[in-house]
Amino acid sequence: MSVLVFADSSEGKFKKTAYEVVSYGKKVAEQLGTNVVALTVNGGDASELYTYGAEKVVEVKNDLTSFNAKGYAAIIKQVAEAQSANVVVIDSSVDGLTVAPLVAVGLEAGYASNVVEAPSSTNPFVVKRKAFSNKGFNNTEILTDKKVIGVAKNSYGAHENPVSGTSEAFDASLPELGVSSVSIDKATGKVTIADADVVVSAGRGLKGPENWGMVEELADVLGAATACSKPVSDLGWRPHSEHVGQTGKPVASNLYIAIGISGAIQHLAGVNASKVKVVINNDPEAPFFKAADYGIVGDAFEVVPQLIEKLKAFKQS
Amino acid sequence: MKILVCISHVPDTTSKINFTDNDTKFDTNGVQFVINPYDEFSLTRAMWFKEKQGASVTVVNVGGAETEPTLRKALAIGADDAIRVNAVPTDGMLVAKELAEVVKNGGYDLVLAGKESADYNGQMVPGMLASLLDFNFVNGCVGLEVEGTSATLEREIDGGEEKVSSTLPLVVAGQKGIVEEKDLRIPNMRGIMMARKKPLNVVEPTSSSAATSTQSFEKPAPKGDVKLVDNVDDLINLLHNEAKAI
Repeated sequence: MSVLVFADSSEGKFKKTAYEVVSYGKKVAEQLGTNVVALTVNGGDASELYTYGAEKVVEVKNDLTSFNAKGYAAIIKQVAEAQSANVVVIDSSVDGLTVAPLVAVGLEAGYASNVVEAPSSTNPFVVKRKAFSNKGFNNTEILTDKKVIGVAKNSYGAHENPVSGTSEAFDASLPELGVSSVSIDKATGKVTIADADVVVSAGRGLKGPENWGMVEELADVLGAATACSKPVSDLGWRPHSEHVGQTGKPVASNLYIAIGISGAIQHLAGVNASKVKVVINNDPEAPFFKAADYGIVGDAFEVVPQLIEKLKAFKQS
Repeated sequence: MKILVCISHVPDTTSKINFTDNDTKFDTNGVQFVINPYDEFSLTRAMWFKEKQGASVTVVNVGGAETEPTLRKALAIGADDAIRVNAVPTDGMLVAKELAEVVKNGGYDLVLAGKESADYNGQMVPGMLASLLDFNFVNGCVGLEVEGTSATLEREIDGGEEKVSSTLPLVVAGQKGIVEEKDLRIPNMRGIMMARKKPLNVVEPTSSSAATSTQSFEKPAPKGDVKLVDNVDDLINLLHNEAKAI
C-alpha cells in the first residue's frame, strides 16, 4: 500500500501546487501508516520533492512535450498500480483538474475534488471539500477501496518535511492520445493568476484602460498577477484572461487587492477563497467592504500611487 | 452531427446557501434554480452548430422531476429534445455513468457540458464521462470548431491558452469563451411556447452506484468585520505584522 502523489510541472519545473500535494500526500500516508510516492512526468529535480516529504519519486520521461489528458491518465494509472497505491493525490492546476476524473474512472476509485484539509478520518475516509463557490463545505466520505483526492489550491499549503528520498525511472506505455496539441500561447515572464501569491485586481472605478499603469506597477512591486472585474473585460479594457470571478478565473491567493471593484456577488464568489482581501474604493457602501479584511475608503488615483511608493520603501527596508 | 448537452440544475448565483436536516441537506427554500451558467455557454455554442451546420441538439439532466423547468428553458433556447434520467444525482461518478448510458443509446458524436457546476464546483462529470466512453476529452474549452469528424479547439491552461485538435467522438467541458456572454440567449415567447411541445423523455436509471457520499455540510466561519484604515502606512503595517501577507 502507498499514497501516490502526482507532482505536476510545466516546462520541466514543478508547479507551486506540486509541493502542496506532496505535503498533503505525506500527511495522508502518515495517517494511513504507509509511504508517499511522488510521480513526475518530465518534471523537475526529484530532490525538490524530498524536501516536502516524498520518500520515493517515480520519474517518467517521455516524448510528451505538453499535457495530454489520456496520456497522463494512463501514466498515473500504471504507476498507481505498480506502487499498489490506494490513494492518489492530484493538484487543482488545470492539468490536475482535467486528469483526475479520468484517473478515478481508470482505477475505479471514488474521487473528491476541492479538498481543503487532511482527511478528518481514514476509516471511514472523510474529506472536507469546498463547494457553493466557497459559501459552504461538504464533508464527503469516499466509499471505494481506491481513492482519488483533488487538493484545492493554497488550502492545505506546502510544508517542508525533508527526507532522504530515492528516485527511480518508470517506463510508462502510452495509449492513443486522441487530442493533439497544435500550439501554446503563454505570456512569458508574467506571474499567472493561478500561481500568484498576490493578485492585484481593478474594476470600473479606474475609469479607463489608460489608467492601468498604476495597477501594473503595484503588481510589479508585489510580484503579483494582475486581474480585473467582469465589466472591465466585457468593455475590452483588459483581456478576458484577466477576468476573475464566477464565470472568469477563480482566485485563491494569499493576498487579493481589489481597486475600484464594488464587489458584485459573482465577483466575490470567484475570489473569496483568497486568504486576505484588501479593498480600495471611494464608495464606503461598496458591498466588497463587507467581504474584505482590510479597507481604505478613498480615491484609487490618490491611494494607489501612495501605496506603490510606500511599498517600494518597505520592500527595501 | 448529433450533439448532447449536459445540463445541471443549480441554484442561481445570488442564492443564500443554507443547510437543513442537521446540516445534511442543501436548503432549497426560497432558492431559484437555473441552467448552470457554465453549461449555458456550451448550450449556446451547440445552437450555433444547429443553425449553421444542421446539427441536432439534445439536452440531458440527471435529476428528479423538479429539474424539468430547467430542461424546458434549454428547449426554449432552442434544443430539439430533452432527456431526464430519473435519479438523484448524489455523486459525480453516478451521474457520469448514467450519462454514459444516454450517450451510448443515442449515438452522439459530440457531448458538451460546462467545466463545472455552480453548486458543487466538482469539475468531475465531463472527464469521467469521456473516460467511461473512451471518447476524447478537452477541458476548459474557450473555442470550438467542428468540420466533419475533426474538431479544432482552444482550451485554457495555467497562464495561457492551447490550441488542440481532436477527432469526434469528443466530450468538451466549456466555459465563458466557447461563446461570449453577449451571445447567450434569453428565450423569447415563441421559443417558450414551442418548448412546451418538444419531447422531454424521462428514462429510468441503470443501477449505477455512487462512489462518494456527503456526510454533512458546513458553512464557513463568520468573517470578522473589515478593518478600515485611512492611510497606506497603516495598511502596510497590518498586512505585514497582522495578516503576514507581505
